[in-house]
Amino acid sequence: MLGDVTSWSSPGEVREALEGTGYLADEGIATAAFLALAMGRPLFTEGEAGVGKTALATALAQATERPLYRLQCYEGLEASQALYDWDFPRQMLHLRAAEAAGLTDDPDKLEASLYDRRFLVARPLLQALEDSPSVLLIDEIDRADDEFEAFLLEMLSDFTISIPEIGTIRADIPPLVVLTSNRTREVHDALKRRCLYHWLDHPTYEREVAILRTRLPQITEQLAADVARATGKLRQADLLKPPGVAEAMDWATALHVLGAREIDPERAAITLGAVLKYREDADRIKTLGLSALLGS
Amino acid sequence: MGTERVQCRWQTGFMATGGSVTEGSVTEGSAPAVRDVVETVTAFARTLRYSGVHASPDRVQAMIRAVGKLDVLDPSHVYWSGRLTLCASQDDVQRYDAAFSAYFSAEAPRQVQTSGQPRRKVASSASLGINNSEGQDSAEDAPDLAAAASGEEILRHRDIGQLSPEEREQLQRLFALLAPNPPLRRSRRRTPAAQGSVHVARTVRRALHNGGELVALSRRKARQRPRRVVALLDVSGSMSPYADALLRFAHALTRAHQGSTEVFTVGTRLTRVTREMRLRDPDKALAASGAAIPDWSGGTRLGEVLKAFLDRWGQRGVARGAVVILASDGWERGDPDLLAEQMSRLHRLAHRVIWVNPHKGRNGYEPLTRGMAAALPYVDSFVSGHSLAAFEVLAKEIADA
Repeated sequence: MLGDVTSWSSPGEVREALEGTGYLADEGIATAAFLALAMGRPLFTEGEAGVGKTALATALAQATERPLYRLQCYEGLEASQALYDWDFPRQMLHLRAAEAAGLTDDPDKLEASLYDRRFLVARPLLQALEDSPSVLLIDEIDRADDEFEAFLLEMLSDFTISIPEIGTIRADIPPLVVLTSNRTREVHDALKRRCLYHWLDHPTYEREVAILRTRLPQITEQLAADVARATGKLRQADLLKPPGVAEAMDWATALHVLGAREIDPERAAITLGAVLKYREDADRIKTLGLSALLGS
Repeated sequence: MGTERVQCRWQTGFMATGGSVTEGSVTEGSAPAVRDVVETVTAFARTLRYSGVHASPDRVQAMIRAVGKLDVLDPSHVYWSGRLTLCASQDDVQRYDAAFSAYFSAEAPRQVQTSGQPRRKVASSASLGINNSEGQDSAEDAPDLAAAASGEEILRHRDIGQLSPEEREQLQRLFALLAPNPPLRRSRRRTPAAQGSVHVARTVRRALHNGGELVALSRRKARQRPRRVVALLDVSGSMSPYADALLRFAHALTRAHQGSTEVFTVGTRLTRVTREMRLRDPDKALAASGAAIPDWSGGTRLGEVLKAFLDRWGQRGVARGAVVILASDGWERGDPDLLAEQMSRLHRLAHRVIWVNPHKGRNGYEPLTRGMAAALPYVDSFVSGHSLAAFEVLAKEIADA
């Protein structure tokens, strides 16, 4: 395992390190990760759901042996949930306890003791800076509102957080930041400009077979090849939601659990729900004929 | 991708000057070898801008830095360092691929956008004579009547397709005054208020100021946020008298609330013009959109284009919970069944679907076109969009949605 990131001198080494964690990176992903580390820039990844954007951050954390901090974005996400918050009830208890003990003579001292680090609740962004070096995953940034994006800009440019009562907290080594987006909303250009942009595509047939074999060592080689081929065809079939790698893995697992060593029309029909998540899509594939999908 | 073909041109550029580039020297730019990298990258960025990728100077600097971290003699390293730093969307990636293989294998660059094409006049319909009949304020039989007076009130109700160039110019100024209010929805965020649920953090924080004594409860309620508005404008030939007005209306919408408005044009293909619409000056915004739209006054394949919109944008989130405005006359060249299917999909995703049909303002109009008939069951409100007054009605419809 290549723990020290400074020892990575080329994208090829990044790829090897990622492979060690079970994440099979292609040239683009390896180069993107290498440059993100070498240039100290956040990596902005976009792509269809289930192509492995979040998995990339997890794999990078494993490969670099850094802790992973994940911030799941959602609408209405506020700084108090992303950065830090004061633990008000505990501060209140502390104040009452101080009063009861008659320690209220020196108000300055009392106030200072109220805003102690132990009353500060660190949220993912602050945790990632305090526990440096780390990997920070900002998941589905497109779900947060644009106000939050603007706030993030500031934090991503200098990797410091200033807390009025305590002071400025700075990361010794900037965290490796991975942002993911499903494009439910166009993310502002100002944020993208500070990042490396990588569009993740569905993997090629060979790479998908390799991913299935690595991630699901229990399934047969024939099943992996069959599932990869059928999934590839499904992606060409003009569906509402073309299946990603995650769905292919679900499907392969479902087939394996049913005892399949290779794909056959009956088992494929009953497990179709693992790979197609819309009734219209399932209907369409059934009318086209499952055997056409499974034939080589 | 074309990285193989790149080898020779890229290498001849560097072999001659001998070499590699380091990060420190990029900013100084003194050594001849370094200048060569900078020059090549800058020239490539220019090609890229020409094909429609917004390769801003800071992105170009990032590419130069990225190339410095990698092997400049390896075409695939150069390809990836450029793609990772200069692109900002999937569309950019496609343009980048074309420009990259064109530039580094010395083909003529293929232009993706049509900015070089002669720009068409947005509205090209002939107007009626103004002189020979008395003015009457009637929206219904506009084709049969011409205004003697050109007062604003009359102009407001005239069919836009029947205006003279001067009248149109005056109407354009009136459009600029149109300020549609965005529709509102409840946000997940909350704001302090006199009534509502108890705001615990604020209450306790206040109590701390009073030495731990609870004096009053703070409360909070949900905030209101603008709901997303998506405008899909038909720019096909049959809609050309109204395209200019529709784009102006879309511009007014976008200016009223930038962050929550998306504008697309439909015809034989889907074009996103939101970015162009954000320009402050309506004429500049329209000129920029005109340059971006490749299918002015072509045919209409509403079903297919709507499907493309839903696949690439709508289902991901752009249409979810949004007010979707579809401006078209429903002249569908394609399969009406496909249109019906896509309309039902859109109706399931959107908060409200408003169809604007300029012909609806005419006397005796009935939705007989195949496309219109197929789409109507999935439309929440069906309005006309043939005059400024009709657009005011539409603006109210949007605000109340």
